[in-house]
Amino acid sequence: MIRRPAGLRLLAHLHQLFRYRALIQSLVARELKARYRGSVLGFFWSFVNPLLLLLVYTFVFTVVLPAAHPPDLQPFALFMFCGILPWTWFSSSLLEASNVLIAGGNLIRKVLFPAEVLPIVTVFAGLVHFCFGLPILAAFLLYYRVPLVAADLLWFPVILLIQLVLTLGLALLVSALTVHFRDVRDLLANLLTLWFFATPIIYALSQVPGSVRRLLNLNPFTHIVVAYQEVLFRAGPFTQWPRLLAVGVGSLLVLACGYFVFDRLRDTLAEEV
Amino acid sequence: MSVTAIEVRGVRKTYRRYSRRRQFATLKSALLSGRVLSDLRPDETLDALKGVSFDVAAGRTFGIIGRNGSGKSTMLKLIAGIGRPTEGTVAVKGRVSALIELGAGFHPEISGRENVYINGMMLGLTKREVAARFDEIVAFAELEDFIDAPVKTYSSGMYMRLGFAVAIHVDPDVLLVDEVLAVGDEAFTHKCLDKFAEFKRRGRTVLLVTHSLDLVTRFCDEALWLDGGVARLQGDPKRVVDAYLLDVAGVENQTLEEEGVGRALPGSPGGPEGSAPRTTPPDMSRAIEGRWGSREVEISAVAFAGPNGQPAHVFHSGDPIDIRLQVRAREPVSDLVFGVGIFNADGVCCYGTNTDIEGAASGAMNGDGQVTFTIDRLDLVEGSYKIDVAAHRKNGAPYDYHRLLHTIRVVSAIKETGIFRPPHRWNFSGGIRITGLGQ
Repeated sequence: MIRRPAGLRLLAHLHQLFRYRALIQSLVARELKARYRGSVLGFFWSFVNPLLLLLVYTFVFTVVLPAAHPPDLQPFALFMFCGILPWTWFSSSLLEASNVLIAGGNLIRKVLFPAEVLPIVTVFAGLVHFCFGLPILAAFLLYYRVPLVAADLLWFPVILLIQLVLTLGLALLVSALTVHFRDVRDLLANLLTLWFFATPIIYALSQVPGSVRRLLNLNPFTHIVVAYQEVLFRAGPFTQWPRLLAVGVGSLLVLACGYFVFDRLRDTLAEEV
Repeated sequence: MSVTAIEVRGVRKTYRRYSRRRQFATLKSALLSGRVLSDLRPDETLDALKGVSFDVAAGRTFGIIGRNGSGKSTMLKLIAGIGRPTEGTVAVKGRVSALIELGAGFHPEISGRENVYINGMMLGLTKREVAARFDEIVAFAELEDFIDAPVKTYSSGMYMRLGFAVAIHVDPDVLLVDEVLAVGDEAFTHKCLDKFAEFKRRGRTVLLVTHSLDLVTRFCDEALWLDGGVARLQGDPKRVVDAYLLDVAGVENQTLEEEGVGRALPGSPGGPEGSAPRTTPPDMSRAIEGRWGSREVEISAVAFAGPNGQPAHVFHSGDPIDIRLQVRAREPVSDLVFGVGIFNADGVCCYGTNTDIEGAASGAMNGDGQVTFTIDRLDLVEGSYKIDVAAHRKNGAPYDYHRLLHTIRVVSAIKETGIFRPPHRWNFSGGIRITGLGQ
């Protein structure tokens, strides 16, 4: 508690955070348990939700809007699902993170523990939900006999890790900023809607005219989603890995920035919440 | 010789206060005006602590007292590590646990069991440590039958007990306590006090922030009095509490005096017109405050004095008090009785006497005079008291009757009930062991 140079302090906080990993684990478990407490299906909802979502999209894109999608995007609902699943994790984590410090204000003001635990927990809780959706995705991939390349699947954990790093960085940034500027929450909700459509989730990057594509390429999440689509859905070898790795490096920077900003604002959190 | 557990050096804590405009400042306006960073800076500040330094030796029980807003809780939070001092340093040796808000962080939807684990880990225990203490925690909270029920079904008492049990079983080297003993029933409060005593025996440091001066004198080895963010006095708890009480009394003295000055005696010369002296009192049993009498003898001033003879309005229970009357007779009178009455806030007459009752054979007066009525021990419990003073004839016809016009305040470190506080003591024998009866 004695004043130390900022860099050392940051390292000390990181070390302390590591000590709290069991707490993060328990809080994630609590989050998941509490979410479905009192519902009849309980944990089952974690599977049912993505399943229903997939069925709705299937219905819309085969019955309501049987548009002529290129044959390499068939079944189209499944293609979308490959992007929506990670997007849901990303966007819901950020939205929750923007509120988590304010909702947990009592804790921050009254109990001494590293506040970054809270946004981190929301990201990991989102990750668990994402993972619950994977068996549904896998089942449909098998059902439609989508040709998967085993070697490509090895990339899957890498993509997931990169998304995790990016989401963590943004979650830390957003959660700390919201405490000072409550309008970050509303701003974020709209930004995420824009971001959703600016990411090739409900369309393929190949369907977009060249000029727009250049813009979309600036969006880091584009490369993450495209990577998911290539690995899980499209036939052929995964060719986008240089871009993915570039996004990975960028994500690490985002995480470093996010943690740095959070650490700088840490002392004011208890007062401003 | 002893190790310092808490070291506070020149701690200043400045809180930001934003003007109205700033309160509603948004990111948009900050961005538009290009002052994101400057808007994060406060324009008005409030110093909750203005350079406080003190040490707490390991193994001591240390009390912090002070009025509301004196910075007590801020100090506690800084020691707990929630927030950082604006200036100065706070160093604490060993594991700290703060009983600031019990059960903060309980999640209502999940069971008490899971909440104990999570709360324990939040307070710095490992999962294994919580597991090792789990049964003890549940037993202490007396929640064996409910531990698997969701916390939202708990009563507030159960909630507090569980919160306290977890916090205290963190087994800290330094325990910080903020007014939490106010919660829970009598039995649980005693249990908590026992636990504190156990802490003390095991040589742990306890820092207590409280309004209960009684607790401080009974439990603490040392006390600190914070006043307006400044450490006023540190040392023996009894001495600090006394000084604090005296100071509180001083402030009250001032307000009572100001009230007295602001409200001239009705009917006295220079007093408001229209309250012309009445000659007969209204029904005495329902009498309200006022002044009446024929004024052949006039009580022109009433003053109270404490043990050192200094004028005062606030007295410690058991102190001597002088009631001094300045009296003037406009013409010689040969039928004169002086009387005094003390009434508590409920209007109950605590004591009343006069010179006639006490057997004076005759009373006469000419010109000016002073009357001093001395009570050697003002054995009243804490509270505000109204004083009646009167000069009247033997048959009761008043010359000058001041009804409930004067106020004194009695303060006491002990909060007994009732009116009268006889000098007393307790003796115990046989198997009874009651300790810490300070007075």
